[in-house]
Amino acid sequence: MYNAKYIWPGIVIFIVLFSMPFWMNTGQEQYTRPQLALPAGEKECVEPAEWMRANHMQLLNTWRDMALREEQRVYVSSSGKQWEVSLQNTCMKCHSNYVEFCDKCHVSNSVSPYCWDCHVLPKGNQ
Amino acid sequence: MFISLVAVIVLGAIAWMGGATPGLQYLFGIVLPMIAVVVFLAGFIWRIMDWAKSPVPFSIPTTGGQQRSLDWIKPARLDSPYTKTGTVGRMLLEVLLFRSLFRNTKAELRNGPRLVYWSSKWLWLFALLFHYCFLVVFIRHFRFFLDPVPVAIGMMETVDGIMQIGVPRLFMSGVILFGALLFLLMRRLCDQKLRYISLPNDYFPLLLLIGLVGSGLCLRYIGKADIATIKEMTMGIATLSPHIPALPISPLFYVHLGFLSTLLIVFPFSKLMHMGGIFLSPTRNLPNNTRAVHHTNPWNPPKTYRTYAEYENDFRDLMDEAGLPLEITPEQAAAKE
Amino acid sequence: MSKLPKASELAKSISYAFPKVSWMDTKPAFAPGTWCYPAKKDTMEGLGMPNPHNWNPAEEDWNLPENWEEIIYNALKDRLEKYRSLKVFLDICVRCGACADKCHFFLGTGDPKNMPVLRVELLRSVYRRDFTTVGKLLGKVVGARKLDKDVIKEWFYYFYQCTECRRCSLFCPYGIDTAEITMIVRELLHELGLGIHWIMDPVSNCNRTGNHLGIQPHAFREIVEFLCEDIETITGIQIKPPFNEKGHEVLFITPSGDVFADPGIYTFMGYLMLFHEIGLDYTLSTYASEGGNFGSFTSAYMMKKLNAKMYAEAERLGSKWILGGECGHMWRVVHQYMETMNGPTPACMETPKSPITGTVFHNAAATKMVHITEFTADLIKHNKITLDPSRNADKIVTFHDSCNPARGMGLLEEPRYCIQAACENFVEMPENTIREQTFCCGGGSGLNTEEIMELRMRGGLPRGNALRFVQEKHGVNTMACICAIDRATLPPLADYWAPGVSVTGTHELIANALVMKGEIKRTLDLRQEDLPGVEEDE
Repeated sequence: MYNAKYIWPGIVIFIVLFSMPFWMNTGQEQYTRPQLALPAGEKECVEPAEWMRANHMQLLNTWRDMALREEQRVYVSSSGKQWEVSLQNTCMKCHSNYVEFCDKCHVSNSVSPYCWDCHVLPKGNQ
Repeated sequence: MFISLVAVIVLGAIAWMGGATPGLQYLFGIVLPMIAVVVFLAGFIWRIMDWAKSPVPFSIPTTGGQQRSLDWIKPARLDSPYTKTGTVGRMLLEVLLFRSLFRNTKAELRNGPRLVYWSSKWLWLFALLFHYCFLVVFIRHFRFFLDPVPVAIGMMETVDGIMQIGVPRLFMSGVILFGALLFLLMRRLCDQKLRYISLPNDYFPLLLLIGLVGSGLCLRYIGKADIATIKEMTMGIATLSPHIPALPISPLFYVHLGFLSTLLIVFPFSKLMHMGGIFLSPTRNLPNNTRAVHHTNPWNPPKTYRTYAEYENDFRDLMDEAGLPLEITPEQAAAKE
Repeated sequence: MSKLPKASELAKSISYAFPKVSWMDTKPAFAPGTWCYPAKKDTMEGLGMPNPHNWNPAEEDWNLPENWEEIIYNALKDRLEKYRSLKVFLDICVRCGACADKCHFFLGTGDPKNMPVLRVELLRSVYRRDFTTVGKLLGKVVGARKLDKDVIKEWFYYFYQCTECRRCSLFCPYGIDTAEITMIVRELLHELGLGIHWIMDPVSNCNRTGNHLGIQPHAFREIVEFLCEDIETITGIQIKPPFNEKGHEVLFITPSGDVFADPGIYTFMGYLMLFHEIGLDYTLSTYASEGGNFGSFTSAYMMKKLNAKMYAEAERLGSKWILGGECGHMWRVVHQYMETMNGPTPACMETPKSPITGTVFHNAAATKMVHITEFTADLIKHNKITLDPSRNADKIVTFHDSCNPARGMGLLEEPRYCIQAACENFVEMPENTIREQTFCCGGGSGLNTEEIMELRMRGGLPRGNALRFVQEKHGVNTMACICAIDRATLPPLADYWAPGVSVTGTHELIANALVMKGEIKRTLDLRQEDLPGVEEDE
């Protein structure tokens, strides 16, 4: 091989950069999915849990628009059940623990909702 | 074009089916991506080594500016570098800012005849947008492979989503990346010259990338996927303890992953290797100091040339008559024989 | 030879509309005026070239050696192992099209295969099929094709429609250099005994007599002395240049075209006058009487063989350094190849130092060879010569950068400095056609032959157009250059595309303006035409 003194470092840099996920995780504890504090009593969410996992942010957005811009306070879910459109009274009635529920997943997946840029963070049950 | 399009669609369909069939999820979600990463890394290194096996017999920089000669003439330190530093600078300009593409012009023949040259920076602009946005998107994806997610990635996301449009927040890089890819594709289709030179292996990576980026945008903004479950799966790969999560993942994610795996596998064996090749281009990575510094050709053949003695032997009498100085006079030559 | 159409007709015939069929399915039509005459069998034999044979590009059968496929395969394999440039350039092209409209032959012919990307694709397609797994498996889908006799013909046709000017390489984002590919494909063709007369004849001459034109030593001397008589007529000064003399500080080598052909001879007279005026201790050589190197258009081996004479002669004569005349490809060879091929320099040689100004040419420390415009620019800067630009007052001058000094060396300011010191009126051609973006004269790399005059005029269109532009806008009537091939190719180009512009070497302009000690009152320029202002005086 010619020009080895340039090519070897180049290859090393390439490997180090592209294998970053593999070596940066070594020595860490085994990654497990964040364990969320689920509501104690309630078994049913506004929409099915599977849908909520992927789309809750959109529902929150829709509810904001319904409640504050259109003054609609009733949401009919896909199963036909009626819910009061209210963050405080509906969502947070069950999901009251911001740190143990919302944040857990958000932090783990580097999601930072910009809601709290303006609004005061919910303080949980206190 | 069509053969590439069909190939990409078929690949996407296979990946979808793989993702939708529980028994095949392990194959498409874990085995294939891991093979792809290995093929990519090993293939890339093999290609570089293969290039490196051949020497650079001559120092042949293409000079893009004034050489360094007399002290009072200002040299072009980057376009015609004389020093190692200048050459590194030229390479950085080339790799990071696409210096040569920035020169691009468009020629047009008008009546007269008159040739007109326009500065044409569209290709440069969109190529640059494409590459940088791809880089940003690539780095942003590290949030699925690292835990905890480094602060830098969070900052990057904040900047990328600074417009605060929609939920989830719109990342500009992804949209620009998609737009730049469409531009590059349209360019290939609409410009007659480009359509003529384009091969299926030019369309394939473009369409594959459009599929990859398109499915990615879909997963984020339209048919949203549960990223917590995805991260469970990607972290499994990154920590080499792969498993398919218990909770379901959209088949579209498997399409995204399938396109990525294809890209990684194809990469080392395609023109995409320009990523590594540009560093080895002898018209760019050598200094223009060839009259000042020796450059070695390892296979330099022995000198064989017609020597002066042979020349004089041939023309001795004529040279003598013309009064040209000689090593051996005709008389000496005659005496020898 | 085919008849050359009128410039306006030729321009009208250029169309950038492409055929419907893929380039893999089109074949070149070997029409007269598009291909160069083949090299003679005797010439090839004399040089020991492989497979010499009689053949004619216009005929169906080129009498290729029986195992021609094997020869090409092995030769390509060998070059891939020898040149990283070849491997990388064949592998990494993304067909972005940046090079497409940068080639003067494409701009002048509209032939899609004259786009640098497709020119290289002609080889790349064969390489894919024979040397890459993907190409072997997928064939045409990935742009791979089988080598057949038509491909060989295509190679011959299009790689002798490339002048190795490297303009495409400047614009390529990866620096892919078609000149490098052309040099290698020509080597491959030579393995089959295919070469062109206009290149191989000069190579053979250069090998035997020391110069391309085959001027024998005594004749060389006579011609130079004849030029000295002209100098005496013009200046009243007698110059006796030394030939093959030992013990002089400098060996001067210039392309032999300057000694032999109008208007190069005026440039040559310019050199002699300058050397006389500054009292340079130099000698000419009849053995190394060629600066140019048509070997570089043949093969790396031949380039080395012809070039080797320069150092050999410097050693024999005990010269300290070599001064090189105005020439394009000569300087590509000297600047980028010479020291690698034929170095290290003989022990008698030293880092060049101008004996007049004391300037040390550190940029030539290894090669020990200085370009004449570097040398002269240094003289002018130090006020070592007196120039009277009014003697060139009738000339409105522009400068044609030769491809090789521009893109293979970076010699841009030195000649401009010289010209501007010697002339009152200097204008640049449009910026996209000069300096590193310069356009070829249409006849570089051994294509300055008569039988392809139409092709040359087509290739010369961009240069001719730029010249026409400044002729109309600024009244330019003189185009200066620093290349012997230019001096041969640009006059017909100017006559065709910008009639009324004459072509001159840079040192012709210098010598016109040079005020020499003991000269008579100058009334004639080097072409023995009246100097400006002379008629009114009388």
